Amino acid sequence: MIRFQANKNLLTSHGKLKLDVAFELGKGELLTLYGPSGAGKTTILRILSGLTDVISGQIIIDGETWLDTKQKINLPPQNRSVGFVFQDFALFPHLSVKGNLRYALPKGDDMKLMDELIQLMELGPLQDVRPAFLSGGQQQRVALARAILRKPRLLLLDEPLSALDDDMRHRLQDFIERIRHRFELTTVLVSHHMPEILRLSDKIIWLDKGKIKREGTPAALFSNSKTPDT
Amino acid sequence: MGYFRKKAIPVHKIASMTDWQPLWLSFRLAFVTTVILLAISLPLAYWLAYSRLRIKAIVEALISLPMVLPPSVLGFYLLIAFSPAHGPGRLLDRYFDIRLVFTFSGLVVASLFYSLPFMVSPLLSGFKSLPPALREASYTLGKSKTTTLVKILLPNIRPSLLTGVVLSFAHTIGEFGVVLMIGGNIPGQTRVASLAIFDEMESMNYSAANKYALVLFLLSFCILLVVYLANHYFSKPQPLS
Repeated sequence: MIRFQANKNLLTSHGKLKLDVAFELGKGELLTLYGPSGAGKTTILRILSGLTDVISGQIIIDGETWLDTKQKINLPPQNRSVGFVFQDFALFPHLSVKGNLRYALPKGDDMKLMDELIQLMELGPLQDVRPAFLSGGQQQRVALARAILRKPRLLLLDEPLSALDDDMRHRLQDFIERIRHRFELTTVLVSHHMPEILRLSDKIIWLDKGKIKREGTPAALFSNSKTPDT
Repeated sequence: MGYFRKKAIPVHKIASMTDWQPLWLSFRLAFVTTVILLAISLPLAYWLAYSRLRIKAIVEALISLPMVLPPSVLGFYLLIAFSPAHGPGRLLDRYFDIRLVFTFSGLVVASLFYSLPFMVSPLLSGFKSLPPALREASYTLGKSKTTTLVKILLPNIRPSLLTGVVLSFAHTIGEFGVVLMIGGNIPGQTRVASLAIFDEMESMNYSAANKYALVLFLLSFCILLVVYLANHYFSKPQPLS
């Protein structure tokens, strides 16, 4: 289970705003952060991963404190078990597809999961190719495989399927479902794609200007309201 | 008559003492300086690229000073500092038995100051040109800052590394003012090629001056050609690993 609370001043393209968000998420659940650009969605992922500092806040995951500003605890990203799929993929340009995955593989882990992921993501023929020669969709699949390979306690996905065609998007949605159930991966997803959100989410937070506008299950959130304005 | 006297000296001595020693000394100085500079500049450029401390602006300005100052200014202050009659020089002389004025070691230390910006600037530009997400992705994969530097950042700034190494080497070979003031033009110890050219010119020995000048000219051209060719190669992404 995750308990998250954070306060932070943000400078966005719409000006200054104060991020003030708190939520709880059960183990193995998938939370989607939804809302307009500049609402603070990506910042929440960065705070969870330890890449962005806060004024005050607390992150407790499965009883382990990652962040507690009152107790002056702030684990660096290296000590937080996260898998992060960045919006721009952040693949290492000098390494091949396999090199990127091998780099992510923790020391001592066998290659079985890596080979399985290469197969599942249909990356077999591309193993020795460098990222600059992959399409956007192929790069996203590599980034997803790389994030999952560590079997993290928390999977952070920043619009991970946005560059894919419908067919691949559906297949990867299936894959995310299977893999997070298999490893009981607690997941926070940023997405604007409504069918994807409705299909994958256990819980949705609708953010606006750094604050939670609404939250709940997909059914509760969207059944009695108009579609969010993005 | 002078010609015959020279003939009496064994040929290999003429080659080593008269002709090639200043060039050999220049290359030795450039090599030692470049290796030490690389070791100093990597952590320095990394710190300048990623530190949020405001003091780094002052450090950057100090490092860049040799690019704008006349070499004689740097040479003058280093000469004062290295002198056994003053502070740092006296300490080194008294407690460590090290003398930097008019010695090869002194030339190396002076060259480190003089060529520092030529190593730090390309490395700093290289680090700054990398997307921050590369470093962040490596950290979220559990990799330490050192592992990230060695396995992710350095391979992606190879052109900057090459530029820094080659420019520092070439710039050290081309030093004149600083080495003249610190080294004192002692044959076999501090008389590097650039000083030898000046000496031979003063003695109207144009043939010898031309030899040194031509070697330096060709070498500098070849070095820069290699840098540009290598940077063209690195700038094209390679499809396969």
